[in-house]
Amino acid sequence: MTNHWIDIKNSDCILVIGSNPAENHPASMLWVNKARDERGAKLIVVDPRFNRSAAKADIYAPLRSGTDIAFIGGMVNYILENKLYHEEYVANFTNASFLVNPDYKGPAELEGYFSGYNAETRSYDRSTWAYQKDADGNIKRDPTLQDPQCVFQLLKKHYSRHTPDIVERVCGTPKEKFLEVVDTFAATGAPDKTGTIMYAMGTTQHTVGSQNVRSYAILQLLLGNIGRPGGGVNALRGESNVQGSTDMAVLFHIIPAYMNTPSAANHPTFQDYLEKETPPSGYWKNKPKFFVSLLKAWWGDHATADNDFAYDYLSKIAGNHSWISIFEDMYAGKVKGLWIMGQNPAVSGPNVRFERKALEKLEWMVIQELVETESVAFWKAPDVNPADIKTEVFALPASDAMEKQGTIVTSGRLIQYRPKVAEPPGEAREDIWMMDAIYQELKRLYEAEGGAFPDPIVHLNWWHGADFEKICQEINGYWAADTDEGKKGEMVVNFTKLKDDGTTACGNWIYSGYWYPAPDGEGNIMSASKRRGQKDPGGLGVYPYWGFSWPVNRRIIYNRCSADSNGNPWSPDKALIWWDGEKWTGYDVPDFGKTVGPDQPNFNDPFIMKTDGKSWIWAGLNEGPLPEHYEPVESPTKNLLSPLQNNPAIKLWDTASGQDIGDNVGTPDQYPIVCTTYRLVEHWQAGGMSRWLGWLAEAQPETFVEISEELAEEKGIKNGEKVIIKSARGNIQAVALVTARFRPMTIDGRKVHHIGLPWHYGWGGLAKGDSANVLTPHVGDANTMIPEYKAFLVDIEKT
Amino acid sequence: MTQITRRDFLKLTGVATGGLLLPAGAAVAAGEIPVFALHKRIGEAASICPYCSVGCGLILAADKDGHVINVEGDPENPHNRGALDPKSIAVRQLANSPFRLRKILHRAPGAEDWTEMSWEEAIPKMARRIKDTRDATFETTDANGVRVNRTQGIAFLGGAANNNEDCYVAIKLVRALGLVNIEHQARI
Repeated sequence: MTNHWIDIKNSDCILVIGSNPAENHPASMLWVNKARDERGAKLIVVDPRFNRSAAKADIYAPLRSGTDIAFIGGMVNYILENKLYHEEYVANFTNASFLVNPDYKGPAELEGYFSGYNAETRSYDRSTWAYQKDADGNIKRDPTLQDPQCVFQLLKKHYSRHTPDIVERVCGTPKEKFLEVVDTFAATGAPDKTGTIMYAMGTTQHTVGSQNVRSYAILQLLLGNIGRPGGGVNALRGESNVQGSTDMAVLFHIIPAYMNTPSAANHPTFQDYLEKETPPSGYWKNKPKFFVSLLKAWWGDHATADNDFAYDYLSKIAGNHSWISIFEDMYAGKVKGLWIMGQNPAVSGPNVRFERKALEKLEWMVIQELVETESVAFWKAPDVNPADIKTEVFALPASDAMEKQGTIVTSGRLIQYRPKVAEPPGEAREDIWMMDAIYQELKRLYEAEGGAFPDPIVHLNWWHGADFEKICQEINGYWAADTDEGKKGEMVVNFTKLKDDGTTACGNWIYSGYWYPAPDGEGNIMSASKRRGQKDPGGLGVYPYWGFSWPVNRRIIYNRCSADSNGNPWSPDKALIWWDGEKWTGYDVPDFGKTVGPDQPNFNDPFIMKTDGKSWIWAGLNEGPLPEHYEPVESPTKNLLSPLQNNPAIKLWDTASGQDIGDNVGTPDQYPIVCTTYRLVEHWQAGGMSRWLGWLAEAQPETFVEISEELAEEKGIKNGEKVIIKSARGNIQAVALVTARFRPMTIDGRKVHHIGLPWHYGWGGLAKGDSANVLTPHVGDANTMIPEYKAFLVDIEKT
Repeated sequence: MTQITRRDFLKLTGVATGGLLLPAGAAVAAGEIPVFALHKRIGEAASICPYCSVGCGLILAADKDGHVINVEGDPENPHNRGALDPKSIAVRQLANSPFRLRKILHRAPGAEDWTEMSWEEAIPKMARRIKDTRDATFETTDANGVRVNRTQGIAFLGGAANNNEDCYVAIKLVRALGLVNIEHQARI
């Protein structure tokens, strides 16, 4: 989130799209309701289904799954045409004024493509998307936003196709409903109003997921809602600590705190890495300090200036090693061993019959878990013969959250500490204990036997062992040598102290400060994440003394934008930080140079992580500089915005296609119904923490599918009957829940049915059922590879 | 009877320090905490719910053997102010579940069922597997002669319900082992 949970109470209009907070983030409704009760804020829910959040909404608008860009594009078009945008904000804080290469052409001119497409590589050469520069290399701008090549005018031209009529035909949203939504939300374009967008996996789990998020960002920038109380682009993240695990970079493409993993192609040497990865301006120009401090944390005294701080010890990626790629490699026998720390891919993976088959090809699996999930016991699933599966499996009993101390991060970047409260059962151990035990044994083996390049292992700086306190100090960062700023071994106060010369070590620079002693506002000093201070100066729900918000306890990022181009708050009731004549002050840590005043050239460059200091309405991603609507890979209709049906930059997998289990794609003639997946408040993700619990199993015992009354009648299906849902990847059974929550949609004049089902279930536990992911496709977003779980085609029939 | 607010009770029993403490000491002696003839002594501590990403506060009560016996909302946590949803209310069933794995389970290739193992047996066996696969699949350089020092033969998945410190230690270790196939819930 750019903002945070409690901040929602400061909003004047809450747009919920691609999420269902009443269901999946229930406590957030406290803040939604506070905004409504105390500020008269309106709640808008845009969703394929009239869900629990919609039941609370002032306005509910149906939306066919996978058509966010068409919808938001319609809002952008309406806002531009009716001049509802926040003019001073757009002109000063965004790149709306930047001039783009005159050779740029967009989808309206190129039949769905942007200029620079290479059909062979399925990728774009972005040079025609670049800005025009003057003789000194500065970006050319038109502050009046009139030049036809400026971002603002190109944006206008791009979304001029998105009339309310097109929105209705593509999205299935009746025109009047769409206009009601945009009129209400666009009112937050007034300088003294802010609106927030709450989104989640309904946004991201599409082949255009990244561009969906981009469209929300563009909308919010036009309305002047970023960096302000009650505003923002707010991802409602899933798991309790998925924000933390992401920050810690348990992902192939990054290392802790959002630095790129070195790649063989781009960074053969340490110098290559520093040159390619360090921008000339913006706060990321400090990257060498963060990178070297990380290497120092990992290889300690073996990381010195003489050996490029052990750069070679860090493995380089070959290409894309994301989830789907891994399971494709596993299926092909290339991945021989799988180590799982608390995840249940046998239920949560896309095209899960394929992924379960991939697991069966493993030589070994180590899995740290709480209960015997479908992944732990994949080798004795109901439909397999164990004798055929050669995988050696080690199931390690793990401590749950209550049985170990640790910190976790909310979706709002807030780090909170929790103590050990209970003892783990039997032989169960903490994950840190297991990691340490395995490491010690590996080190012993490599020291005794040698083997493939043992150095990174035997030289690993494992001074902390399984000692929690020491691990926290390393994540926080400490002095690796005596300097005049600190003594060796002492923690650094925050990342501003980190150096690129090997004198500091830091496991995660954005967390720096999280363990450093800080005041709680009530006279006590303790590790910042442990704080429970109740004070809220300013009453905006900032609570600066509760926990630690990264970075440096900043609660709303880009908060320079909460003040106008003179440094005064846009509105008195949303005054967060302001220029007092000498410095920036207020109720939050300024996301800006504290003493950068009106006389400085960057006074109106709030986006300090960007090289140009502005927010990017125009921003190059793999499929274009602006979000363009493409249909999901499985779609009931042709694309009405252009002749280009699908995102041309996505990777199409093709393993065993045509076979019973394979990368199969369905067509609307065989599978005419649009299907989506979602969650329930009573269950949790792939079920390991809920389907084995009596109360929760009782509340939601088995797989069900929600279908409209009209579809039920067409198929002769009665509420409560068992039905079969079929996709190109497999069939499942579910209980039919006939409901008015889904209605048939009219897409380009034709009736299209839309159904959905929860994906929590598997063959194990107390609450059992077929897994919805048997149906979902093995294809992902062109930038992130997040699978397209939310929009695919099925058919349905009685059993 | 002494009137005492929930907040004061928690303060006096040491919740503020995050520790698992039983009511004792000066506060009890001074008659500020009513002491009843309990048949079970418990302590309470503030924690954070392990389900969604709002980060609601819980007050967990555990007995002297470390069994969770109650969960309530933490009124001091600014996110939820004591309110809870069905999952967090049920969370003690997770701690105490009869389905919790209590032993290290081992399944031999082709076997129909588990056998039990001790940590002393399991750790060396797993390390051996990791080392052998790593050594067999390790690439020092790639086809272009670039030093890559990686293995594509092992993958690591998980875990978004793990603590920051768990994730940090895990990623430090698997990166040092040269893994590139590293993913978890955030990707899907």
